[in-house]
Amino acid sequence: MLKTFKIGGVHPPENKLSKDKAIEVLPLPQKVFIPVAQHIGAPATPVVKRGDVVKVGQVIAKSRSFVSTNIHSSVSGKVTKVDFSADSSGYPKHGIFIDVEGDEWEETIDRTETLVKDITIDGPAIIQKIQDAGIVGLGGATFPTHVKLVPPQGMKAEVLLINGVECEPYLTSDHRLMLEKADEIMVGIQLLMKAMNVEKAVIGIENNKPDAIKLLSEKCKEYKGLSVVALKVQYPQGGEKQLINAVTGKEVPSGALPIAVGAVVSNVGTAFAVYEAIQKNKPLFERVVTITGKGVSKPANFKVRVGTATSELVEAAGGLPEDTGKIISGGPMMGRAISSLDIPVTKGTSGILLMQEKESSRQEVLNCIRCSRCTNVCPMGLEPYLLMTLGEKQIFDRAEKERVMDCIECGSCSYTCPSSRPLLDYIRFGKGKVGQIIRSRKK
Amino acid sequence: MSITVIYTIVTLVVIGAAAAVILYFVAQKFKVYEDPRIDEVEGALPGANCGGCGFAGCRAFAEACVGASELNDLNCPVGGNDTMSGVASILGLEAVQQDPRMAFIRCNGTCDHRPKTSSFDGAGTCAIASSVYSGESDCQYGCLGYGDCFDACDFDAIVMHPETGIPEIIDDKCVACGACVEACPKDLIELRKKMPKNRKVVVACRNMDKGGVAKKACEVACIGCSKCFKECPFDAITMENNLAYIDSDKCKLCRKCVPVCPTNAIQELNFPPRKVKPAEKEECTTT
Repeated sequence: MLKTFKIGGVHPPENKLSKDKAIEVLPLPQKVFIPVAQHIGAPATPVVKRGDVVKVGQVIAKSRSFVSTNIHSSVSGKVTKVDFSADSSGYPKHGIFIDVEGDEWEETIDRTETLVKDITIDGPAIIQKIQDAGIVGLGGATFPTHVKLVPPQGMKAEVLLINGVECEPYLTSDHRLMLEKADEIMVGIQLLMKAMNVEKAVIGIENNKPDAIKLLSEKCKEYKGLSVVALKVQYPQGGEKQLINAVTGKEVPSGALPIAVGAVVSNVGTAFAVYEAIQKNKPLFERVVTITGKGVSKPANFKVRVGTATSELVEAAGGLPEDTGKIISGGPMMGRAISSLDIPVTKGTSGILLMQEKESSRQEVLNCIRCSRCTNVCPMGLEPYLLMTLGEKQIFDRAEKERVMDCIECGSCSYTCPSSRPLLDYIRFGKGKVGQIIRSRKK
Repeated sequence: MSITVIYTIVTLVVIGAAAAVILYFVAQKFKVYEDPRIDEVEGALPGANCGGCGFAGCRAFAEACVGASELNDLNCPVGGNDTMSGVASILGLEAVQQDPRMAFIRCNGTCDHRPKTSSFDGAGTCAIASSVYSGESDCQYGCLGYGDCFDACDFDAIVMHPETGIPEIIDDKCVACGACVEACPKDLIELRKKMPKNRKVVVACRNMDKGGVAKKACEVACIGCSKCFKECPFDAITMENNLAYIDSDKCKLCRKCVPVCPTNAIQELNFPPRKVKPAEKEECTTT
């Protein structure tokens, strides 16, 4: 029997419309807007000003603290302004506007496609290079990778888990990457293993991607310590704690980091970015983005420069369908609806999903019928109906006791609720408030 | 009468007497002295337990009053000066007169003025909506219209306008408890000095964007042009972050700033109609 995580989970329709579409390179946009906060942690500080000429791969914003990363220019051209522009939430975010002129790369970047297998540098140098290249977790959480690779005092990583699960419906960017860049990912994993000094790495892939499982299993034979585990299709298996549970059987304690059970999880996209950063000297300024949706005429996977407006992707996929109800950045379960097509692709954008009106609109909210489906599907073993009420009534001390901070916001509860109750909306609100309370207590 | 009944009565009387004696001594031992004036002061307060004074209910406020040496920092906005004089006379302190205040919502972004550019179908509270996105229009500062202030008001002083979706404050019912000020995630509600006949001259806008951006998002946005600032003879207007603000403590209701505002962001409310330009007045106070 195939492995999966023990508690909860749902299996929404997969709808992987673009899984057979090879990765294409999106034509360069006319201009880009590159936000300086594309990661969890402190925003980077811009180091260019209006009128500066930049090259592809040049650092345009520097990190000033440990939990933060550098931002590199994804295009060559002239900086038109350093100003605010709305992000997916509509609130203004600081960033750099660049008008594209030509496509001139930094000379240090190796633009050839040849595979470089030999690892010539040692662990600490790898981590330093990852930090300089601005690499963050590309699964969507955008946590700076170099922070993850340095375990807290007294803890030691035993196994590196590579997340090739892609449990979100519709998204196929990781799937395509695994098929097309398998060797590069393997070398990337080797680099991560060396950086963390672990002997073993396991790639977890869901069973709906048999071609990727087959290919990577074969490639694994060439490398030491690598193996592939096929997993039963179950959302949210791509969640860090769920993947650890599925592959190793261990459970990360409440409030602890994965390193507490000796595991570190990285996405396949991150492994590929690490390969490019170290073997090709190429910082993170482009990524694979799936553009999909039931009404989209040409669902596709594009290699996109960071900062490209969403509208460019939509155009490339055949334009905006008339019956579009919501435009979602990310997957349908955890992604965010965006309020404008001007919003740029960032390091964390794994997909753009154009959802049809009837598919995306919420149903009328009915009373809770105590069916307990939400508790059954919660992968963290929480009681969503209770946490929702506590959020609604603003009883935050009780919410904290009921472990609201453990919620991973996967949305399984809202998805499964027969009364269409906005469970996650209120839980997320309660989680935010409890987080504030905990932070103020620490001060 | 049987002997059983007599025994029963005697036993119960003995138990009762013993319990009374024990209770008396326990009550003496654990007696907590409480200033009788606390009850008196609490009786003089409105008893709304709204928290507008900054304390957790009227009793806590009464305790604070009794413990205070002067009433400067203590004020019951609901009861106003009459109640505070009553409290002062009970305590033998000097009553401090405070200007009565009332709430005002600094947004006039109705659907006519502020076009919708997106829509939100998540859980309908302002707190949740503001935590996930900036609002249905391009103005990130304006009223969301889900009525968190309406829910917070214990005095029925806020109504949601059925057409515009923007809350309105009923001046006569507002007691300036400040519950709505706390509830608004966009910080739109301000407690302003109450003027005769509830007259007000106010900038009904919180948009801090530059003029062009603000005007594009909302027709009646303050664009930060400083015309009102230059016009005001009483220095009541300050400019900060592309936004004009009229200090209600300094404003003398001369209304000179109203006609100079190019976007009609400044509202004059509860005034008799102007003689010279009636058309303009009408435009300003349609909502």
